[in-house]
Amino acid sequence: MARNPVTWLGVPPFPKAAHEALADSQLRRNLRHATHTIRDKRARVVSELPDWERLRRAGEAIKDDVLANLDTYLERLEAAVTARGGVVHWARDAAEANDIVLRLTREAGANEVVKVKSMATAEIGLNDALEAGGVHVIETDLAELIVQLGHDRPSHILVPAIHRNRAEIRDIFRREMAGAPADLPAEPRALAEAARKHLRRKFLTAKVAISGANFAVADTGSIMVVESEGNGRMCLTLPRTLITVMGLEKLVPTWQDLEVFLQLLPRSSTAERMNPYTSVWTGVTPGDGPQEFHLVMLDNGRTEVLADTVGRQALRCIRCSACLNVCPVYERTGGQAYGSVYPGPIGAILTPQLVADPHDKQAASLPYASSLCGACFEVCPVRIDIPEVLTHLRAKAVEAKPARSVEALAMSAMAAVFADPRKYEAAQKAGALAGRLVPGGTVRALPWPGSLWTSSRDVPAPPRESFRTWWRKNRG
Amino acid sequence: MTVRVALFATCLGDTLFPDTCKAVVRLLERLGCAVEFPLSQTCCGQMHFNTGYRDEAATLAARLGEAFAGYDAVVAPSGSCAAMVRDIYPKLLHSDLPPRMYELSEFLVDVLGVTDVGAYFPHRVTYHPTCHSLRMLAVGERPRRLLRAVRGLDLVDLPAARECCGFGGTFALKNAETSTAMLGDKMRRVLDTGAEVLTAGDNSCLMHIGGGLSRLRAGVRTVHLAEILASTEEEPWLATR
Repeated sequence: MARNPVTWLGVPPFPKAAHEALADSQLRRNLRHATHTIRDKRARVVSELPDWERLRRAGEAIKDDVLANLDTYLERLEAAVTARGGVVHWARDAAEANDIVLRLTREAGANEVVKVKSMATAEIGLNDALEAGGVHVIETDLAELIVQLGHDRPSHILVPAIHRNRAEIRDIFRREMAGAPADLPAEPRALAEAARKHLRRKFLTAKVAISGANFAVADTGSIMVVESEGNGRMCLTLPRTLITVMGLEKLVPTWQDLEVFLQLLPRSSTAERMNPYTSVWTGVTPGDGPQEFHLVMLDNGRTEVLADTVGRQALRCIRCSACLNVCPVYERTGGQAYGSVYPGPIGAILTPQLVADPHDKQAASLPYASSLCGACFEVCPVRIDIPEVLTHLRAKAVEAKPARSVEALAMSAMAAVFADPRKYEAAQKAGALAGRLVPGGTVRALPWPGSLWTSSRDVPAPPRESFRTWWRKNRG
Repeated sequence: MTVRVALFATCLGDTLFPDTCKAVVRLLERLGCAVEFPLSQTCCGQMHFNTGYRDEAATLAARLGEAFAGYDAVVAPSGSCAAMVRDIYPKLLHSDLPPRMYELSEFLVDVLGVTDVGAYFPHRVTYHPTCHSLRMLAVGERPRRLLRAVRGLDLVDLPAARECCGFGGTFALKNAETSTAMLGDKMRRVLDTGAEVLTAGDNSCLMHIGGGLSRLRAGVRTVHLAEILASTEEEPWLATR
């Protein structure tokens, strides 16, 4: 089977990638500022709703129903889209999806496409596949455009250029954007205006637009995209042909279910009470909007994830990014250290499951990129118990490791000590003896692997007597 | 009526922080409890579970369950180990009910129904709510209510208190640099309070933050909540290290 492009080739395992990121002072400052701003705003707008917990439970229940009856809903969606003049395609993996989109683009006679921000197309590496096929891709979401023009990689699900500040964005525009004024100031308004002029020309000439989908209503075949800039709506209405790539799990059964998600998503993602641009379309409407509509349904590992009773809750994700914004690890390393279009806590559980290769060391390192503090679960609008899935995936990573690895042997030895109170007490006494040799009762350096601790932290030397020894003498 | 309660010292407390466990005994006895310490207890298996070693964790979990069988109430001076027993054991063991495990502040406030435990601790103190006590056990304001009732204690708010200190068990080793980056920010906030003592309900987190503060010779001590609550004018807390 081909490699899943959900992870980027050449990215080292998380600790090594984090080493680079942690040393980047500009990145640290940009992330601290951005994550704290959005985190605080989210907390404020969520606290306005007295029924937030009930909304979360409703979101969880709707998505669980979809996942439990996915076959039924998928067929219902396909029938509804087809009845309204759309064409549904099924793609098992990234390569199949990319081939379908490239073929459809060529059939539409286009050598240039405009794109709505989409995680599904980023997951499958669609831009690279189209460019390799001679089709030029223009990202129209401002943050995606910054990443594309900067020959960069995304670092956040919602704000892929969150690692950049305005001065860096100004430099990228000056260098890479045709027609950008040479004296472009690093002001948000001026930067947005430059991007607006640049993109407007493309919207008016593109024959094909490519989008993802936030939600698809199985009952009616309606597809929904939510965005903040209006550039998505330009793509969804102006070109003649629209191709939408959508993960299998993005379904909701009915229109009424959208009521729940249109409250959960904006408050969790951009900390807005209501989403600014919400576009919905159903098949093709003669004389209005795209006259050809293709829906590419993407599996790319999802049915395998569905088979895992613990891991499958990751498929409830609505890509809001709230977990990234509160994560203390993400805040310090940024998204690129995760080596995938899905970074942060959700990426740490989704990416390894989509990669589905227990011997992929980079993917296997991701579930360990968490202190299990639980801040992600606390904010997740569809109640994905991310810490539960993290420890579940760690257990799978351990199963895939050789039984005689240094770590496995150490863990097994420690378990043997803990499982026998006599051995445990003997180990305590040995520690207490060693502790007497430590001047001042503080250990400042230990051999490996203790050195990983003492590189930045002291540790108290074992005391002269353990608690149980004291207990025997005084209470026993 | 005397409340009979078993102490779960935790492997870390038993081995490295005996003063905390002695403080729990003193405190609970002062409040009229009969404290027992089953010697067959060792470790709850959290480190193994959280690192992915489920078989080892299940063995240790079953052993701990046996050690505390027959007790109506078990108290642990650790939110993290209490959460392991209460939240994870039912999923891990699929069978036996875990013992009635309480984190210390829960036991004091909910079971004994006290917030003023008669303690005296004349120091400026800030409190770090540890992640598992906060999000798995939801101890909420209990520890702060207990601290506010301590005579002589000047409790100052810790900014961004709910943010993890970066310990995370083996995370502190496997991702030592990210862990240290988190620790750095936590220490900065602790120092900003001007407190001379940082307290919490978990010695694991305190060992992490305290290890960083000690490395910097920052002049802030870490003291477990139990030791503050056990301290009285007649028998005040004394620094032993």
